[in-house]
Parts: sequence; C-alpha cells; structure tokens
Amino acid sequence: MNDLLWIVPILPLLGFLIQYVSAGKLPKLWVSCIGAGSVGLAAIIVALIGIEYLQQTDPVAYTVTLYTWMDVGGFKPGFSFYLDGLSLTMMFVITGVGFLIHLYSTLFMFDDESYARFFAYMNLFVSAMLVLVLADNLLLLYLGWEGVGLCSYLLIGFWHTDAANGLAARKAFVVTRVGDTAMALGLFLLFAHLGTLDIQPMMKLAGETWQTGDTIPTIACLLILGGAVGKSAQLPLQTWLPDAMAGPTPVSALIHAATMVTAGVYLIARTHDLFLLAPAAQMTVALVGLITLIMAACTALTQTDIKRILAYSTISQIGYMFLALGVGAWSAGIFHLMTHAFFKALLFLGAGAVIYSLHHEHDIFKMGGLRTKLPVPFWSFLIGSAALAGFPFITSGFYSKDEILLQAWAYGDMGPWLWAGGAFGALLTAIYSFRLVFIVFFGETRTEPSAPAGWAMAVPLVVLCGLAIVGGWFHVPVDAVFPEASPVRHGGTVFWVTAAIPVLGILIAWMIFLRKSIDVTPLTDSAVGRLVTRFWFSHWAMDWLYDLVLVRPYRWIAAINKDDAVDYVYNGTASLAQFLHRLIGTSQTGQLRWYAATMAAGLVLVIAILMEFI
Amino acid sequence: MILIALVSILFIGGIIAWIAEGWNRDWPRWVSLISIAVAALLLPSLFLLEPHLSATPATTANSWLILHSIPWIPKFGIAVLVGLDGLSLLMVTLTIFLGLIAVVSSWSEIDHRPGFFQFNIMWTLAGVVGVFIALDMFLFFFFWEVMLIPMYLLIAIWGHENRGYASMKFFLFTQISGLLLLVSILALVFANYGNTGEFTFSYFALLDANLSPDVAYWVMWGFFIAFVVKLPGFPFHTWLPDAHTQAPTAASVLLAGILLKTGAYGLIRFTVPLFPEAAVEIAPLAMLLGVAGVIYGAILAFAQSDFKRLVAYSSVSHMGFVLIGIYAWNQLSLQGSVMQMIAHGLSTAALFMIAGALQQRLHTRDMTAMGGLWVSMPRMGGITLFFIIASLGMPGLGNFVGEFLILMGTFKVNIPITVFAALGLITAAVYALYAMQQTFQGAPTQELDVEDFGAREISVMVLMMVGLVFLGLYPQPVFDIVDPVLAGLYQLTQSTPSWLGSL
Repeated sequence: MNDLLWIVPILPLLGFLIQYVSAGKLPKLWVSCIGAGSVGLAAIIVALIGIEYLQQTDPVAYTVTLYTWMDVGGFKPGFSFYLDGLSLTMMFVITGVGFLIHLYSTLFMFDDESYARFFAYMNLFVSAMLVLVLADNLLLLYLGWEGVGLCSYLLIGFWHTDAANGLAARKAFVVTRVGDTAMALGLFLLFAHLGTLDIQPMMKLAGETWQTGDTIPTIACLLILGGAVGKSAQLPLQTWLPDAMAGPTPVSALIHAATMVTAGVYLIARTHDLFLLAPAAQMTVALVGLITLIMAACTALTQTDIKRILAYSTISQIGYMFLALGVGAWSAGIFHLMTHAFFKALLFLGAGAVIYSLHHEHDIFKMGGLRTKLPVPFWSFLIGSAALAGFPFITSGFYSKDEILLQAWAYGDMGPWLWAGGAFGALLTAIYSFRLVFIVFFGETRTEPSAPAGWAMAVPLVVLCGLAIVGGWFHVPVDAVFPEASPVRHGGTVFWVTAAIPVLGILIAWMIFLRKSIDVTPLTDSAVGRLVTRFWFSHWAMDWLYDLVLVRPYRWIAAINKDDAVDYVYNGTASLAQFLHRLIGTSQTGQLRWYAATMAAGLVLVIAILMEFI
Repeated sequence: MILIALVSILFIGGIIAWIAEGWNRDWPRWVSLISIAVAALLLPSLFLLEPHLSATPATTANSWLILHSIPWIPKFGIAVLVGLDGLSLLMVTLTIFLGLIAVVSSWSEIDHRPGFFQFNIMWTLAGVVGVFIALDMFLFFFFWEVMLIPMYLLIAIWGHENRGYASMKFFLFTQISGLLLLVSILALVFANYGNTGEFTFSYFALLDANLSPDVAYWVMWGFFIAFVVKLPGFPFHTWLPDAHTQAPTAASVLLAGILLKTGAYGLIRFTVPLFPEAAVEIAPLAMLLGVAGVIYGAILAFAQSDFKRLVAYSSVSHMGFVLIGIYAWNQLSLQGSVMQMIAHGLSTAALFMIAGALQQRLHTRDMTAMGGLWVSMPRMGGITLFFIIASLGMPGLGNFVGEFLILMGTFKVNIPITVFAALGLITAAVYALYAMQQTFQGAPTQELDVEDFGAREISVMVLMMVGLVFLGLYPQPVFDIVDPVLAGLYQLTQSTPSWLGSL
C-alpha cells in the first residue's frame, strides 16, 4: 500500500484535468461520476492505506518520493509525501468528508449551467489539500497551501456574473495572501538558518541548533502563525471568511468549514517541535485562539444570515483549536479539527438543504417551523448544533472541546483564565447555535418550503449525523506524532462545570428564543445594547477598520498616481526643451535689421564685460 | 558557425519577407514563419553541446558551449566574436520561441505593408539573438542598436492611436541609454588600452582590464543605467507602458517577452563581471531600485483601466524581482532571476496576446467597457485565468519558482529588501485578480456576439501553458543549463569577498 500514497492526490487532479480540458462538453452524468468518483476512489485508497498503517503494532511513518522538484544551491525540496498518524487523520477527513460533499453536490449543483466547472474546481481543491497535508517539506506544503487558496478564490467567485461574489473572492485571496507572505518569509528564515525545508530533518535540526526561547525560532514561529491565521481565519485576518459564504454551500462545507480553514491548525501541529522552542509564540497562538473564539461567538449571536452564523461559528471553533495548540494540547486540537469537520460539514450541508428547499432564502427570520416539513435537515441541524455546542456525553463535539478546556485549565498559572475564556465561549456557542435551531425549525412557518431534496443530498446528511455523534469515540492516531499532553482529571468540579455549560446555554436559548420567558428586547433596544449589537454584528468593526486603514489609502495612492508621477520628470524635460526651442525660435525672424541690431547689442555687451574685467 | 547561421537566417528571412510583399501579400508571414522555424530547428542540437575546454579562454570558467571568432576590424581590435553558454542558449531559445508565437499570433492582424512589418519583426529578433551571443563589445553594441530601430518602426507605423508619442518616447529612452552604453564601452576600451597598450573590444580581454576603482565605478554606472532602462527598472520605466500599450500585439510580445530580458542579460553578463567591486558598492541601491519597481509597478498596475497598460506595469513589477535577484548575486537568487526571465517572458507575452485578442474583438482596451466576458468567451476566460494566476506567482508554475528563489536568495543578503519585495506577492494578487474581475467576471455589460478563441489561438496558448507548468513542476533542466554559467560568474567575481561569503 505504501506505493499507493502518491495516487491519492493524483486521482482528484486527474478529475480536474479531464474536466478542465473537456471544457464543459462532457455529459452531466460523466461529470458526476468523474467528480465524485475520483474523490471516492481516493477515499477508498486512503482507507486501505490507513488500515495497513494502523494494523502495525508500532506504526512507522514513511516518505514516498516521486522526484526531486529542484536542486539549487543546497535547496533540495522534493515531490515527497510523508505519512504518519497526523497526515493520515487529515487524509481521512479530506477524502471522507470530501466525498460526501461531492456526492451531495451532484444534486445540489445539478441545475447549474457550469456544473463541470464546479467539479473541476472542487477536484482541484481536494488534490491541493491532500498535497498540503502529505507534503514532507514546507515548499511542497506551500504549493498545496496556495493551491487551496486559489480553489477557494475560484469557488467563492464561482457565480462570477455577480460582481459581489467576485469581490468576496478577491478579498479572501488577498487577505489570506497577506498571511501566506508572512509564512513565506518564515520559510526563508528557516532555510537561511537550517539549510533545509524538509520538515522532519528540520525539526530535528531546530532542536539541536536552538535553545528554548531563542529569538530566531520565535520569529519563525510568529511568521508561520501569520500564515496560519490567514488560512484559518483567525485574528487579525479572519475578515475574509464570512464574505466567503458567497460561494455555493457545498463549497462552504468543504473548504470553509471542514478542510481548508483548518490548514493553519495542521501547519502549527506539523511544526510543533518548532513552537515548543518558542514558548512566547505558542502563548500567542493560545491568545489568538481565545480572543478570536470569543469575538466570533459574539458576532454569531447577532447575525441573521444562516450561512454567516455558521461562518462565525467556524472562526470561533478554529479558535478552540488554536487554544488547544497554544496550551500544548496537540492531540486535542487535531481531535477537535476532526469532530468539527464532521458536525460543521453536517451543519453547512443541512443549511444547504434548507436553502435549496426555500429557494435561496438565507435570512433565518424568514424561516421557521421547518421541523416537520424538512425532517432530514431538522435532525441534521439538531445533531450538528448539539455537537457544536458540545452537548455532554452523546455528541462528538463534547469530547473534543471538553478535552481542550480541561487541558487549558491544567496549563500553568494562566490555565484557569484560559479555561474561563473558553468556557464563556462555549456558553455563547450553545446559545447562538440553538438560537438558530429554534428560530429556523420551530415556531410558525414563514416561508413554505418546496419538496425536500433527494437521496444524493440526504445520504451524506445521514452519514454525517452518525459521524457527528460517534466521532467522539474515535481515537485520532497521533500519539506517536506529538509529545504527551499533561494528564487531566475526567471528574471533579471543573469537569462537571465544563460539561454543564452547554446545557445551560441551550436552556438560555430555549427560554429566550422558543419559550420567550426571558425578554431580551429591553436590553438589545437600549442605546448601549443597540450599539453593542451593531458593533458585534459588524464583527467588531474590523472590516471598517481595514477599509479605512488599508484599502482606501491603497486605492487613493493608486488613483492619484494613475499617470505615473515619475513620468512628469521626463515629460517636463521634454516640455522644457520645447519651450526653449520656441523661445529661441522667436528670435529667428528672418529680418536682416533685427539680426544686425542684436549682433551689435551683443558686441556692446561683450565689450562691456571685457572692460569690466580688464 | 551555427550561431552566425542562426542570426543570418533571421536577417535574410526579414529581407526576403520584405521583397515577397511585392509578389503576394500573404507570403511575407509565411516567409517569416518558415525562417523562424528553420532557426528553431537549429536549436535542439545546441542543447546537446557540452562545455569544452579547448575553446575556453583561461580567464573564465569552463562554461562556454561554443566560442567563435572571425577578424573584422583588426586595427581597432574588433572581431566577430560570438559565443554561447547556458544562459545565452536559454535566452536565444526563448527568443526564437516567442518569435514564432509573435508571428502566429499576429497572423491576421496586419494589413498595412505586411512585408515591411515582417521585416521589422525578423530584424528585431535577429538583433536580440545577436545581443545574446555577441562577446565583442562593438558587435554587441551593433546588435543592441539593430534590435531597437525596427522595434521603433513597429510601434511608429503599426501602433495604436497614440503611436507617435509612444514610439518617440521609446526611441529617445533607448537611444539616450544606447549612447550612454556606447560611451561607456569606449571608455572601458580606452582605459584598458591605457593600461595594457592593447586595443581590444573582446569581452574576455576586458574582463582582465585592471581599472582603477574610480574609472571602474563611473564606467559601471554607464553600463548599469543603459541596461536598467531596458529592464526596465524604476525610475527609468516610463517608456514601457506607452510603448507596450501602443505597440501592435506582435511587438508587445517581443518587447515584454525578450527585449526586456536583454537588460537583465546585460547586467548579468557585463555590468557585474566587468566591474565586480563597483557592482558590490551599488548592490544595495540596485536592490532598492528593484524593490521600488516591484511595489511601484504593482500599485500603478492596479490603477490602470487599460488592460494592456496594466500588464505593462505588471512587467515593471516582475522585472524588479529580476533586478533584486541579480544584485543579491548568489546561486539561489540568480537561478531565480533567470527562471523569472523565462517565465515572465511566457506569461506576459500570453497576456499581451490576450489583450490583442480582446482589442481585435471589442475594439477597445478599456476595462471599464468590459466585464462578464466569460459568458461569451469561456475558453478565452479559462486561459486568461491561467496566465493571471501564473502572473501572481502561483506555486506549480514557473513564475513562482523564479520569485521564490529570488526572495530566498536575497533573504541571505538583505532581509529588509526581501521583506519589502515580498509585499509584491500581495500587491500582485491585488492587480491581477482585479484585471480578471474587470474583464471576464462580473455582469456582462452588453450582449456580445464575439468569437471565442479558435484552434490557432488555443494551440499557441496551450504551448505557453505547458511551458509554464513544466517550468513550475520540473525546473531542474533549466537550473542544470544555467549552473555552469553561474560557476563561471562566481569565478569572475570571487575577488570580491566583501559581497557574500555564501557564493
């Protein structure tokens, strides 16, 4: 099976190539088969590879090299894929969840005239994402990294005739590129000091070269973190993700929930040896995660667009993963990455099913009472939201989030504070996720849905429902990858409080939004309340700030210098020459007496000057 | 002899094309196509050559594949001294390839005096090939001028609405910088004469010229500015947007694809090796100009509403990377610069062809009048998208390899320069995606009944796409060809340890 590893990313790439080259001329059935089939086949191969890998009593990571990419001045990255428990877990998620979403899309996108283009981009994305997680060196990882960014851009702007989608797509690309550029600088720094970008040797060298707390690894980690916050939509680069919801819903599920946005988490986990050398940088990771998760949860409370609520919840949940990485709970972070992929894909696909049946309605206040009319989306949302909120013991989200919070508690002096922040976020999470459920699926019907979608959309939902529940009992096979986390007590006050918070949150949501026994309108309608709501709704005015500080000045500079100020110098020189030419030209009158007179005047002048000096 | 044959084929083909106009107006383009194709057939054999010691002067490393000398004006030490090493070989190949592309892409564009048009195309190509192989400074200057006059005529006669201004500007910039080059060459030759008593224009002899630091410094400036104008480097770039915008498609392709590369080639071949100490002295300034070009070009590109002008300013930005890479002067950065030269040649030439195709169909280059073209021309949209993302440095395509290696190499030399140059990766995304949005995306502005790319155009484009993918995924052949050249260059500049320990 070892030899099959390289086929995994190649399969969806072939799917992309076939559809790109055929330029939309293939029949839709073929497109479906190639589009979903290539990912499905990749998933089967991943399963085979995984079974073989995990059957070993002591699994050994290995590398498969296709060829040397380049060999210049000691820089020798290869097209090499590295398999260990971490990349295996990521591959499971990408191909598994990816296949379900592709299957779902065969129906969801069926009536779209650019059906083949959609699957071409989706396949290219899966391929790039697989390269990202399999890369054994940071340059190849960067190829996958930029590749998924490109596909994200292409799919956000998939419906390109609407200029707003194009704007959202460009925003996503440019904002993440800011992070990518920081990451590239990190790679240069690491290469300049370690002489290689091959991850495993590099980590070993780093440990030999640097002491814990040295400046260089700290800067390198912060630059890598820059890349991670861009791709994973964390503070301060999270502003692109909500707008990215302009893309088709399966795209949001696959790229902007389950896989690509967790690439930053993967990157930090992959380079954890480096972060262990830079405690300051690691602490920054934790704080970025904590602040982002609370900010995004507050915003999610105020949103009205079903997809934007989910988008902010994604930002918030990735914040938990960053928190986990920051406190050294590596496995817990990856565990939450996996369970989040299940329940968030489920929620997005469920939202897609609702939107599909409500003729592209996104506003939750125009929905309501869909519980009985759309049972499959309802149960999807119920299970997905319970997992998102971390409903104790029966959902996957509980196990992963609980692990993170308990590890945070155990993290030194800062621990209780980090825990408290995370627990507060968990309370908000439970409230906003059940706000969504109660408003959309309970109460009176505001928009009449058309018939529920067919099996191709229902099957993935049901499967993901199952995964969102049982995913919590999976054991991610990353024990050999990460250093052992500090042991935590499952039991005791902290454990029970952590477990009770989601229930409390759901209760609050129930009382406010369904039973209406708590009236929050006096609070939200007060002057301060309105201000805060607006502030949160705009996601803490970050878009406004960036627009003011970055976008407008850049546009302004570009606009005033459209004609290239440097050119004024040259054109000015030319004009001066022309002016002098005309000036002297006027003396050329053709009249003899004028010439004689000026000659005489000149003579007088010369004599006068000469006499002065003599 | 093969090198002289190569240049002669292009010169003679040009003359025949001009004459052929009198017989049949369709013949000139066929004459061009066939002569370039014949020249192209000579190329594969060159790739099989191995560097051979016997031909190599003792002063340089063993990197020359061919060296050939015929006496010309012995009294002044002028000879037809031509040579080919890996760098020249790649540049000549790029020239012939893009020449072929330029002729095919303007197949049906030119009605006015087609024979003279082809003559100018061919003579420009001949001049450029000459520049890449000439190793006698007098001969080099001869070719340098030969490539410029026909290009001036191409813009002045077959250009767009503002061709008079643009061609005159092009002419003045290139002639003044050419004059500077001539004066510098003569100064170098005379200085060498004063030291050795030998009158020679030979590159190899002049490499050994023992100049006083002052003379070297000032003569170096002459070479530097002449080549940076061509590159074009900030602040000498302003001829380029006008020339590019007004030139007919084939001329834009040649300008962007290969003429700009002669500037970079000149810096690598002449400016730095001839005056290594002086080059070290100005290296930070040169890199600063490079960074200025990267950022300034990108901001201006974003400001444009003329598609061709946008691409022209993007060239300023991309060639800024080349300038940085050259003056960082290490293996990574130089390999990156050469790669960037080739990849930029392909991607920008393609974008100019797309601009030409758009103008031919829509009779405008103004992007505010475009939008939503994907609906009527999906094939063209898909292909444009490819070159747009190549241009913004997507990994997997050649441009990325170039820019990444340049930055990686420069990081070892000068971190602030690298950081600011890296901002170019962001600004490139801004203007490139903006161009895509304004042309092919958005709501269609009008019902358009335009023809999508046909088979001829697609096949040309696919060739260039395959080239960029190849360079991006398997750049090693290019590195291997350039490597011995770099080894030779290090040997020439190793007397200047102050530059870099890491050479």
